[in-house]
Amino acid sequence: MNRRLPLVLGVPAVLGLAFLVVPLAGLLVRAPWSSLPSQLVSSGMGQALRLSLLCASLATVLCLVLGVPLAWLLARGGVPGRGLLRALVTVPLVLPPVVGGVALLLVLGRRGLVGRQLDAWLGVSLPFTTAGVVVAEAFVAMPFLVISVEGALRAADSRYEEAAATLGASRWLTFRRVTLPMVAPGVVAGTVLCWARALGEFGATITFAGNFPGETTTMPLAVYLALETDPDAAIVLSLVLLAVSVVVLASLRDRWIGGVT
Amino acid sequence: MTRSRHLATAATAAATAALALAGCASEAAPGAAPAISGDVVVFAAASLTESFTRIGKDFEAAHPGVKVTFNFAGSSALAQQINQGAPADVFASASPVNMKQVGDAGGVAGQAVTFARNRLEIAVPSGNPAKITGLADLGRAENKIALCAEQVPCGAAAKKVFEAAGVTAAPDTLEQDVKAVLTKVRLGEVDAALVYQTDVQAAGGEVQGIEFPEADEAINDYPIAALAKARNAAPARAFVDYVLSDRGRAVLTAAGFDGP
Repeated sequence: MNRRLPLVLGVPAVLGLAFLVVPLAGLLVRAPWSSLPSQLVSSGMGQALRLSLLCASLATVLCLVLGVPLAWLLARGGVPGRGLLRALVTVPLVLPPVVGGVALLLVLGRRGLVGRQLDAWLGVSLPFTTAGVVVAEAFVAMPFLVISVEGALRAADSRYEEAAATLGASRWLTFRRVTLPMVAPGVVAGTVLCWARALGEFGATITFAGNFPGETTTMPLAVYLALETDPDAAIVLSLVLLAVSVVVLASLRDRWIGGVT
Repeated sequence: MTRSRHLATAATAAATAALALAGCASEAAPGAAPAISGDVVVFAAASLTESFTRIGKDFEAAHPGVKVTFNFAGSSALAQQINQGAPADVFASASPVNMKQVGDAGGVAGQAVTFARNRLEIAVPSGNPAKITGLADLGRAENKIALCAEQVPCGAAAKKVFEAAGVTAAPDTLEQDVKAVLTKVRLGEVDAALVYQTDVQAAGGEVQGIEFPEADEAINDYPIAALAKARNAAPARAFVDYVLSDRGRAVLTAAGFDGP
């Protein structure tokens, strides 16, 4: 048996790999290694990194709380027009994030449809706050979680749930004790994707939450603004963001997803 | 001071009519300009969006065969893009600082020329819900304030006027260019912002402008230059000349720019 990779697949595969890896290598080559330590402590990096990690994690929690039930509804709920619902859920996935930011501003802004009520009744205004960053990130990242969990739910054998039901378990108990453990790997994979997407979010964040150091300036925003005046600082910021995502994804992969994927 | 939308509209209409006439006159004169053709890519400061779009249309009408394409963004981002090799033929910056960045990298053909000046104005949503009266109100934490990031010219100018006024600004967001700031005012998301007087005028009735004396401390010079790496040197040069001509100046004046 010929075990060699056919050229027609091998060549584009290697090109594809190079296409994804070379830009990252370029970042490493161009990095100002000599001034790296001083760059690391200056330029408000710690602040931006802390804020990024905090917001991405809170956004992920928000996505889990809302997204897992939504995925269940799509996979098991038996609601009419499920295809349409699924299409609506995936819209933020294909929407340019800036457009998402504008949409959020029009709904949750101070004069937005919902935002106006929030402001009048509770005195809450989301734009230009850390909460606004979380909302923007959750909006963009949630479809990743929903799609991933829904896929796991649809692949899971529903006869276990039926068996639980015949034994007298309520739907909520079945969901908690049977369904959720069955799709746990899918939930974890979706959570990781969701978190990574939230961490890198730029367009919706700068449009909806604005940019202010310590409040809404996450790492991607800091990279963008640093690029205009100090490219070296931008490279250092990018490296840190890259390192953090690699470390987190690698550690999670070993612990949680290794056996699944 | 509140600007009347009607006045501004009337002024623009008058200027446009004058330009249309001027355009016909120049086309009628044989051999007034050597025939040029090709594409011109103009990188221009965000605050030039309306006036340069107008000038671009007039220029295309005066030179059939020439197509003008614009890239409007914050001047510092544009300078960065040009220095990274972006295919630009003309650069119009909102600040000499960004023009110098391009010049220092050897990107400017000849000399950059100042073609307009702009001053800052306080912009508030129509009706002025937070009752903003002056620069001091932009230092109050209870007001939602948007400013440009210090990296872009309008942010650098804002820093100067706050220093001149002895006010510590209390911004809620630092946007990446002046149009992003203006959008936040238009949507009513902020109570006040510092933008150029031309932006207030461009926003029409949605935004009111409030002048303040310290704006004199930070008048922005707008330089323009054809670029050394222009693929079409002749039309690039012609576009710069057109901006500097009386016709170009009329459009800029109608948009609220001061002369150089």
